[in-house]
Amino acid sequence: MRSLLGQIGHGAPPSLAAGSEPLPSWQEILQTLGFQRGFNTTTVMLGTTLLGIAAGIIGCYALLRKRSLMADALSHATLPGIALAFMISAAIGIEGKSMAILLIGAAVTGVLGVVTIQAIHRHPRVREDAAIGIVLSVFFGAGIVLLSVVQSMSTGSQGGLSRFIYGQTASMLTADAVLMSVITLVAIISAVLLLKEFALVSFNEGFARVTGWPVTFIDLLMMSLIVLVTVAGLQAVGLILVVAMLIIPAAAARFWTDRLRWLVVIAAIIGGLSGYLGAAVSALLPRKPAGAVIVLCAGAVFLASMLLAPRRGMLAQGFQRAHLKWKIARDHLLEQLHERGAAGEAVVGHEEIRRVMRMRGWSGLRTGLFGRALAFQGWLSSKSDGLRLTDRGREQGGRVARNHALWEQYLVSHADIAPSHVDWSVDKVEHVLSDELIEELERALDGRGAVQGAAL
Amino acid sequence: MKADQVAVGGDPITVQARSVLDARPEHSADSPVSIHAMTVAYRRRPVLWDIDFDAPQQALVAIVGPNGAGKSTMIKACLGLVPMASGRVEFWGMPLRQARGRIGYVPQRESVDWEFPVSALDVVCMGRYRKIGWFRPVSRSHKMAAKECLDRVGMAEYADRQISQLSGGQQQRVFLARALAQEADLYFMDEPFAGVDASTERAIVEVLRELQQQGKSVICVHHDLATVGEYFDHALLLNMRVVASGPVAETVTQKNLHKTYGGRLTLLSEASEAVARSGV
Repeated sequence: MRSLLGQIGHGAPPSLAAGSEPLPSWQEILQTLGFQRGFNTTTVMLGTTLLGIAAGIIGCYALLRKRSLMADALSHATLPGIALAFMISAAIGIEGKSMAILLIGAAVTGVLGVVTIQAIHRHPRVREDAAIGIVLSVFFGAGIVLLSVVQSMSTGSQGGLSRFIYGQTASMLTADAVLMSVITLVAIISAVLLLKEFALVSFNEGFARVTGWPVTFIDLLMMSLIVLVTVAGLQAVGLILVVAMLIIPAAAARFWTDRLRWLVVIAAIIGGLSGYLGAAVSALLPRKPAGAVIVLCAGAVFLASMLLAPRRGMLAQGFQRAHLKWKIARDHLLEQLHERGAAGEAVVGHEEIRRVMRMRGWSGLRTGLFGRALAFQGWLSSKSDGLRLTDRGREQGGRVARNHALWEQYLVSHADIAPSHVDWSVDKVEHVLSDELIEELERALDGRGAVQGAAL
Repeated sequence: MKADQVAVGGDPITVQARSVLDARPEHSADSPVSIHAMTVAYRRRPVLWDIDFDAPQQALVAIVGPNGAGKSTMIKACLGLVPMASGRVEFWGMPLRQARGRIGYVPQRESVDWEFPVSALDVVCMGRYRKIGWFRPVSRSHKMAAKECLDRVGMAEYADRQISQLSGGQQQRVFLARALAQEADLYFMDEPFAGVDASTERAIVEVLRELQQQGKSVICVHHDLATVGEYFDHALLLNMRVVASGPVAETVTQKNLHKTYGGRLTLLSEASEAVARSGV
């Protein structure tokens, strides 16, 4: 995945240089990315970019409606339709390779697959995931069998059907690119006009029904769009991988935003970019199937999103966790110093604070390091005879001690928790109390006069 | 009143239904919601048997009963979310179809995925979608109205928060605000007090009182017997059938509670078990 992306940025990795393929020059790379590698390449790149945009937008609907697996079953269920459409049109003497007829066949059995899933799922003994698995494999199996029948027919020109399984992007014609742009337009219009309705039904179907929205109809619209983009993507990406174009951009976009509108926009960008880069890479390296490369590009973007996205990404979350841990440790130390120093100017001896923190499971080394780190941050100052809180440190220590006391009192007086059990849970909670909750605690305990003594 | 119903109803179904209902209590056309002989079954297992209930006007009604008594199901059947095996529900004497615009709904908090990429304000705006209609974006004035509803439940400052970053109680208040945004005359609420913090509980009670003062009615699934008398003025004790209904003081009595909660496996539920078993 990395190496494929790497080729775009830095030329070719050495491992590929061993092969007999000539590696693209910088000039070729720039030409390709600038849509200047001849008419055919440009058509393919435009087509896959548009498909990526459409799939990115419509994939958001699948993601939000939790229909990702359903889309997978749908795409696999198109295969018998393709084969049947070919057989029927050959039987009645129409040119069997007419793309429109094949795609109509694909859509018909695809939808039939979805309907079958719902019919099986209605039976109480079969869960939806099982129903999806059954339909996906059985329909695909039927498709493979029908393909072998097609192969043994005497009609001749049947060889091309298996391209729908793996996709054959390079065979994209101008007409296909036009079709992609129409579908992209439909996707954009659906997002502009119907995002509100789709969101309502996806978020809270019951509420949508009660407020009089035709939920089944709206659902059908969403499903039709998914069928549309799946069938359109069959030829380019193949039925095994087309679902990736629906799911991955939307799932990756979810790491970057909490807003529906932006989710759709970002998913469209990621989808379009994957289509564009994938087609470019496969144009530069002949014999690399564009469909698979497109999916790998999308996968790379997903991986990068999962790791690097602010707030929701893994790195950001790891950092947040570490930060919270640090804050809790800091508060513990400050609180202890605050108590030992009786909130005053006193210096707490190194030995004493080590002893106190040891009771909390801190090693002497840890106490020492933390003391130094906090001194560096200005919470306390380290003297030769011990530690002393700065104004800031004293304030924070006092606040923690007060929250601690509030929470402890609350647990004893309101939540009926035995005093002997209180301290343990307090240690975990006091650091995450929100201001609202603290006010609440103060109000709850006010009038009882319970907290005054402990807190001040 | 009965003659009235026939005249208004007119169609043969109503007349036919009336003959079945002859022995039943009178239903008032003024009642915000009247339930006639409602029976609901999930996969052949009856969960509600023969429910008859008239909600008084301008009342706060609590539906009380043990787990599995069919409290939620009753609300959902009223709103057409769960099919009825038999029976009929009317709102101010009208069928649901005509009354939809006057009905507000607060579903159970657990019924949705709170990771959904919307803000608190976005959710409240959903209460206005019916008024906004197809294809149109949420206009500024609708947004303002939604914001006011958030303010009424004390959540104004959380308008832009993503909903997964709210506490359970705050999420519940968002749902309540969405129902307020519907500007309905009758509200169905499914366990709004379940698992909420004290300040949310206060906020909800305040809103309930406000609604009542504005002449609206609220029907609320409630699980906490201790607060029924304090928060509500009418109660419906339910355990698959109506055990008792009426003003709280007269309804929530030791005897009725025992009938509702005591002896979980009543003859009725045993019978329905048997039906379910033999059915398949």
